[in-house]
Amino acid sequence: MSEHAGASIRVTIDARTAEVEAGTLVVAALAMAGLRGTRTSVSGQPRAALCGMGICQECRVTIDGRAHVLACQTLCRDGQIIQTTGPR
Amino acid sequence: MNPHYDIVVAGAGPAGLHAARAAAQAGARVAVFDDNPRVGGQVWRQGPRHAPQAPLREVHAALQADPNVTLWSSARVVAPLAPRALLLESAEHGGICVSYDQLILATGARERLLPFAGWTLPGVTGAGALQALIKGGTPVRGERIVIAGSGPLLLASLATARAAGAQVVAVVEQASAFALARFAASLAATPSKLIQAVQLTRGFAGLRYWTGSVVREARGAGRVEEVSIMRGTREVTLACDRIACGYGLVPNVTLAQALGCAINDSGAIAVDDAQRTSVDGVLTAGECTGIGGMELARVQGELAGWAASGVTRDLRALRAQRLHWQRFAQRVEAAFALREAARALPAADTLLCRCEDVTVGEVSGYADWRDAKMHTRCGMGPCQGRICGGAASTYFGWQTGQPRAPFHPAQIGTLMAACGHEPPRNRMLAED
Repeated sequence: MSEHAGASIRVTIDARTAEVEAGTLVVAALAMAGLRGTRTSVSGQPRAALCGMGICQECRVTIDGRAHVLACQTLCRDGQIIQTTGPR
Repeated sequence: MNPHYDIVVAGAGPAGLHAARAAAQAGARVAVFDDNPRVGGQVWRQGPRHAPQAPLREVHAALQADPNVTLWSSARVVAPLAPRALLLESAEHGGICVSYDQLILATGARERLLPFAGWTLPGVTGAGALQALIKGGTPVRGERIVIAGSGPLLLASLATARAAGAQVVAVVEQASAFALARFAASLAATPSKLIQAVQLTRGFAGLRYWTGSVVREARGAGRVEEVSIMRGTREVTLACDRIACGYGLVPNVTLAQALGCAINDSGAIAVDDAQRTSVDGVLTAGECTGIGGMELARVQGELAGWAASGVTRDLRALRAQRLHWQRFAQRVEAAFALREAARALPAADTLLCRCEDVTVGEVSGYADWRDAKMHTRCGMGPCQGRICGGAASTYFGWQTGQPRAPFHPAQIGTLMAACGHEPPRNRMLAED
């Protein structure tokens, strides 16, 4: 649960590399990457994080091949591969 | 993994951490778990530019230094297992069947998120959600933000957004100016809260703080571009990049309900003077027992920790503090009670259930929550009705809490870890 403040780590978001500060949540990295919609709803609408605290499930993404991981409750780790299902 | 502890604490916010510390001081072997990657709950949330606050550092350091305390972060309850055990899914350890002599529920609260036209657009979040996202590193510098809904949380969110460089266009509060003036006068009884209010708002200087007002509609192409607000009967439109709207908090009682704990009329876990629930061996503390703020949660947590460990000591001072903060909580509740404009049903084509994309109109004709679920799939998606259930209960007065395990989407490997344990009651897995 500890990290070096200010240290920089690299993640891959939808095949693009992004550099973020250690301790950043995946949901924040998605916003920094300019993604607004990170999921497509059952009727085709773009969606993004609503509750920010692990309740609504709107921010779910695939991380390192594991589907339905909540971006708002996951810290960025070096080398992490994040895939969204939002509009391209 | 099948560990056993004297006391297991669900939730690592102020209530859970203080419960764990008291229990550990009394000599118990304690495990604390939380679904977030870091301890502190919502109120003590940390992030890359938000170092842990002093009260969190202190209690967290004490727990880390205690060999009798185990802390699991990124671990959530999937199901209760009989007798006196829980199935957890941990990001680090996978499925854990943890058993206990005593369980302390410190599951906190979530925001009451009420639908309005366009609330599914990216850029609409809860008010507390905005604060959580910013602390987690979400950049908002230069963004125009409207903060809306109800309660003191709007001011906390305002301060965090401003400190992160956002331009807060307006704070939209549903409570009346009269109710707020009366509440402000009552802050004399809790000077620390008065100082906090002044700090968070910078004395309201240069702030558009609109009382008696509610968000009506978010508009934009694929993201928020503007918001329309009802100020009484007058509609006002503001250009903005984000809308952060939350109508106070609701207790998280899913696990308590599944364990058979009685729930009171306010939708919180019913609790006695010793922080015990109606179920033997299950205690509770913090906002899952009623919305009361961090100070109350800490005191309740400590009381629950002592009670669970069975140690006899003089708790009169703690009980007096509890009463003090309970009275403050009652004044907050009275001041920010939801008024008619906030409870008004949005247009029929507004989505109620965001998981299954079911509209208000599709749901409103049914007699109860169960009927609505069966016919429309409302509340049956990944969030299991935690968002739309709260809204349906506000609009229609329905009883919406009917938890069934698994409480969250879980991996099959986690469920397999439960082999050899029986579920607590047949109704948990049977059709209702």
